[in-house]
Amino acid sequence: MSDETELVHGVAVTRPRGETVLHPSREQYVVLISTLVDEGYLMCVDLTAADYLRHPGRTDLPEGIEPERFELVVGLLNHGTRHRIRLRIQVPEDDPTVATLFELHPGTEALEREVFDMFGIGFDGHPDLTRILMPEDWQGHPLRRDYAVGSIPVQFKGAPSHR
Amino acid sequence: MSTTDTTRGTDQGAQELLARGRTSAIEELRERGAVLRMSEAAARSYQDEGGAASDTMILNMGPQHPSTHGVLRLMVELKGETVLRTKPVIGYLHTGMEKTGEDLTYLQGPTNVTRMDYASPLFNELVFSLATEKLLGIEAPERATWIRMLMCELNRMASHLLFMATNGMDLGAVSMMIYGWREREEVLRFFEKVTGLRMNHNYIRPGGVAADLPDGWRDDVIRLLDTLPSRLDEYDTLLTGQPIWRNRLQGVGVLTTEEALALGTTGPLLRSTGYAWDLRRDEPYLAYDQVEFDIIVGTYGDCFDRYAIRLAEIRESMRIVGQILEKIPNGDYRLQDKKVTPPPRARIDESMEALIHHFKIFTEGFKVPEGEAYAAVESPRGELGCYIVSDGSAKPMRMHIRGPSFVNLQTLAPLMQNGFIADAVAIISSVDPILGEVDR
Repeated sequence: MSDETELVHGVAVTRPRGETVLHPSREQYVVLISTLVDEGYLMCVDLTAADYLRHPGRTDLPEGIEPERFELVVGLLNHGTRHRIRLRIQVPEDDPTVATLFELHPGTEALEREVFDMFGIGFDGHPDLTRILMPEDWQGHPLRRDYAVGSIPVQFKGAPSHR
Repeated sequence: MSTTDTTRGTDQGAQELLARGRTSAIEELRERGAVLRMSEAAARSYQDEGGAASDTMILNMGPQHPSTHGVLRLMVELKGETVLRTKPVIGYLHTGMEKTGEDLTYLQGPTNVTRMDYASPLFNELVFSLATEKLLGIEAPERATWIRMLMCELNRMASHLLFMATNGMDLGAVSMMIYGWREREEVLRFFEKVTGLRMNHNYIRPGGVAADLPDGWRDDVIRLLDTLPSRLDEYDTLLTGQPIWRNRLQGVGVLTTEEALALGTTGPLLRSTGYAWDLRRDEPYLAYDQVEFDIIVGTYGDCFDRYAIRLAEIRESMRIVGQILEKIPNGDYRLQDKKVTPPPRARIDESMEALIHHFKIFTEGFKVPEGEAYAAVESPRGELGCYIVSDGSAKPMRMHIRGPSFVNLQTLAPLMQNGFIADAVAIISSVDPILGEVDR
């Protein structure tokens, strides 16, 4: 990693292991993606999140980026130059909301629903922000690090039948 | 705005066109409103109140419907026989595999991910191993790379053969089902010989593969390559040229390139629209830059194109396998890095250190440097990605699989809109979702 922080479109860049990672703020995020769409990054390949609750002091962030508990990770692909960009957006625990990408990349609809379901990160402007994998009335967000494995009692043992 | 576009030089012209086409595709997707966004409760009251009076109804297709490839449930809004809006309801097979992955070491990881896309398990293992290797900064030895490639191409054949079988069955060509399974069985038999298992192999692991190819593997592969072409010709006779088959598929479920790109679609679905994008060629991983093969693209983006592409891809995979047979080098089948791969069995009897390494790797696992990495491979269904965040311990802090089926499933609603409910089966089948990977 170089000493000076490299900038692309005014956003800090790191290049771990030959990959390009941009670190926009939540405010820069959607504008940056629409700029990248114009540049040819036509496909949003992946959208997911990570919970850094147990690993807060990570060292791979560029200077000036304040680490938060959640991180939204977006993968973009430029078919023309065959180049990939990954975006890591810090999302604070006390206000876990981000603007939706639905307007720019309709294909993120299911992925954003999954992140909402699994991490409880809300997406402003999403057309149908409901649980996608868990049942509609589920409590909690399973992929958060404070959601322990095995904390749910086994459901199918002697469960009452619906009929 | 348009005036500035035209004055802005011509070398950017194609780009501008594509961007404009893209915007209108997104607009159109939105205006058509193919996705039914309605909760369970709302659907129930719709049925009770408005449904009976109006001429539309909501029908639940699945989750136990045989043509939904597992446990996909579609809430379909119908007007007579015409599909208006669709909502795929998933999660019936959700077993929290990404969560489980955080509790398994990197060596145990492939056992977990291999169960996601159960029709092409080796690809899951491969992408997980590639992401782990990227984090570790290691590379599998050359022979391991070629073994991986051989196994993956055979797996692609098996997966597409399974598609041929189920696609045939869904559309009423029941004898096709038997044929497809029969040929897939031949491939699985080879897998069993190499890995010990027909599915969920746990064969490709970080650092290489679990074991070298067994004696006589070459004869088995050659026999497979000799058998299949005539069988594929039978498929052509049975289906490709058959008028009923063509009428059932041609012009059904048409997808445009712009729509496909906007929806994040990859794999045969994207290629059926005429867009040549295949990670094996465009972002070569393993040794795909050393073999020759063609990327098959369609023209119309309909169900028939998707069928034909997969059939042709089986032949391309056979071509690749044939080249692998010639070019596969000798050498180690896994990395001789004692921190990552267990020592050979014979060494354990004579060396205390080997025993310690063996014990450590299987109990504690190996530590992976802090950081994050994304690796992607071209699975039979599209781009299969794996995103791993490591906190420096022996278990991933976050393990995410970007499943092609999960993303491709979003094309169902626009594809089915304004078609007949009977065509819905053809469309689901041609998207070829594997629900194990959709729900993970």
